[in-house]
Amino acid sequence: MIRDFFRVHVVDLASGKMNVTVHEGRDQYSGGGGLAAMLYREYGHPDRPWDDPDQPLIFAIGPLTGYFPLMSKTVCAFKSPYHDQYTESHAGGRSALSMRFGDMDALVVKGRARRLSALGVGARHFEIRDVEFMRGRDTLSSGKILRSMFPGSGRRSMLRIGPAGENGCAYACINVDTFRHFGRMGAGGVMGSKNLKSIVILGDRGFELPDNKEYPKLFQKLYEQLTATEIMNKYHGLGTAVNVAPLNELKSLPWRNLQATHDPDTGGITGERMAEERLLRNAACAGCPVGCIHIGYIREQFKKNYQYRYRQVGYDYELLFAVGSMLGVKDSFHALQLMDTVELMGLDVMSAGVALAWATEALEKDIVTREQTIVPLSFGDAAGYEKAIKYLGRAENDFYALLAKGTLKAASVLGGMDFACVLGQEMAGYATGEVFFVAEALGFRHAHLDTGGYSYDQKHEDQDVQQAVDFLVEDEKKRCFLTSMVSCLFARGVYGDEMLARALESVGYSSLAQTQDQVGENIQRLRWRTRFETGYDPDSVEIPKRYREVTTWKGKVDPDYMTALKTEYAKRIKELGKPEEV
Amino acid sequence: MKKLSAARMEQCIGCHSCSLACARLVHKQLSWNKAGIRIRSSGGMAAGFEAKLCLACSPPPCAQACPTGALSPRRAGGVIQKRKLCIRCGKCAEACPVDAIFLDHLVNPYVCLHCGRCVAYCPHDCLEMSEIKEPTREEVAS
Repeated sequence: MIRDFFRVHVVDLASGKMNVTVHEGRDQYSGGGGLAAMLYREYGHPDRPWDDPDQPLIFAIGPLTGYFPLMSKTVCAFKSPYHDQYTESHAGGRSALSMRFGDMDALVVKGRARRLSALGVGARHFEIRDVEFMRGRDTLSSGKILRSMFPGSGRRSMLRIGPAGENGCAYACINVDTFRHFGRMGAGGVMGSKNLKSIVILGDRGFELPDNKEYPKLFQKLYEQLTATEIMNKYHGLGTAVNVAPLNELKSLPWRNLQATHDPDTGGITGERMAEERLLRNAACAGCPVGCIHIGYIREQFKKNYQYRYRQVGYDYELLFAVGSMLGVKDSFHALQLMDTVELMGLDVMSAGVALAWATEALEKDIVTREQTIVPLSFGDAAGYEKAIKYLGRAENDFYALLAKGTLKAASVLGGMDFACVLGQEMAGYATGEVFFVAEALGFRHAHLDTGGYSYDQKHEDQDVQQAVDFLVEDEKKRCFLTSMVSCLFARGVYGDEMLARALESVGYSSLAQTQDQVGENIQRLRWRTRFETGYDPDSVEIPKRYREVTTWKGKVDPDYMTALKTEYAKRIKELGKPEEV
Repeated sequence: MKKLSAARMEQCIGCHSCSLACARLVHKQLSWNKAGIRIRSSGGMAAGFEAKLCLACSPPPCAQACPTGALSPRRAGGVIQKRKLCIRCGKCAEACPVDAIFLDHLVNPYVCLHCGRCVAYCPHDCLEMSEIKEPTREEVAS
């Protein structure tokens, strides 16, 4: 192991200084989400608003980061601009390995810079640079400038925000190395509130490996399993976009603001059509041979006489849902164009797509006006949406500034709550049934990855509340441990309890290897306690009427079953989040 | 005699598995730098990737610059490394025309030895080991 404690870089943007601090707790909280919650409890202020300068923005990796394939993700934790409560968002890119080789288990950024700034940090490196000249600049051109300002190509990770983050959008993302994101719950807004345009993490050192035969042998075994199995076929081949067609067939793909869950014509946005017609190449997070990142292209004529410009655009299932089916956009070039615009603005694509889907239906129903939306919004009309995404990112007028705070916030002011497709935050693309709706609405991150609720729906026609909620609670606990390592959840089929135990043993974390279940529960409880201390009340979560009108593969949603699930899950979450007994 | 070449870098996905494998298997390190092959973007992720590794020069300028014999020419190009002889002057890295030698903060040089152990870890078939023509006696003499 590198260390049995945590080494944390704590940056104060107000003073321009950094401390390297040491924290105990490895055997109790492991790393990743556990470490992040631990650090929020030390550096955070549950009673102050999310944009208080002293609130920390936390990035954390885990004990296996870099040691094994797909241990390649970073947990970002913060008080969210979306609901002013504690939350997490996860991303890959080069962020995790840069932190590992930058010799930090976590990075805590607190304070607010006087002017727009970029932070450079590594094992032997710390600087804060004025980048006021980058204010308003999109994420991609910002990346180009930052590359020349912070040397270290191939061993650095570049986190940056776009205009949405600077404008306090509640679902602004942090772009990580161009094609990955801390997408959900507004981490980009937190950076914006700190006047922090970018964080460049330099991975500039290495570590001795354990002197045993087990580690390289196990690495080899895992590498083979992860590259020679179905995982590779699914995530590397068509990628998660493969889900578009089957979920549509299963009546589980949200179309046009969830007015339907199936469309007889999926147009060009299926995984197969995307791969055949638009896929340029794959890319990977550092430390992951799977290479699930799918990069398509758009080509636009900017001048007569065959003059074109082109862009490379990352796509996957969630994006094809959010700015494809949810907006009724079936042309793949158009969908990629919208993804690109969302990327430039630095918005979370799921929230942006779902928010505009609501705005479209609200306009149809005369709840909002053309003056407010500036452009006509209509399902399938990508040109209108492209402009609207820019208005959203730039908070162009009062309407877009309000919508940038969240769809439910806009609906609570303007009306249209019934058809706001919000499950804690703007929904992920799984209209699979009652269990998923409740799981996302009440879940810790309000993400489809909190638990396998969408998968449970697809396998169970029965309505056993206790069994479903038991599954959610147990599955969350397992994921808490896995995301404390910090593993990509695509590898969850390979990193079972036994494999994790062997991996941890092989690099010297024997205690963690033997106490996975307990540590998973420690983290689960700590995260929920932290969430409750920042104001969460699961009983107050409303699941909008639209979800009671949906037809899935199981038929009409059963409102009574959904209510029973929600009541029971809220009860269990409250039990998990109750204060620690002294 | 064989040499490693990054023959199909347009297929690279930027996973760094090759660098990590070299560091792990050859140098017993957890690192993406302390390796004979290192991956970087060609000016941003959208521009694709390039590999920094020894191109097996013959004669190798790095060995010529090495004052202690820690690096010596390999018969058909590239170098043989004897770490114990290294005084960590860094002259090898200065002499390399393609920036293929990494110096850590203690000025230890890391250079590709053309052992090929990284090849099996490339998931996209970017790397290959290929035969290189060994010089004749006359060529060596001249």
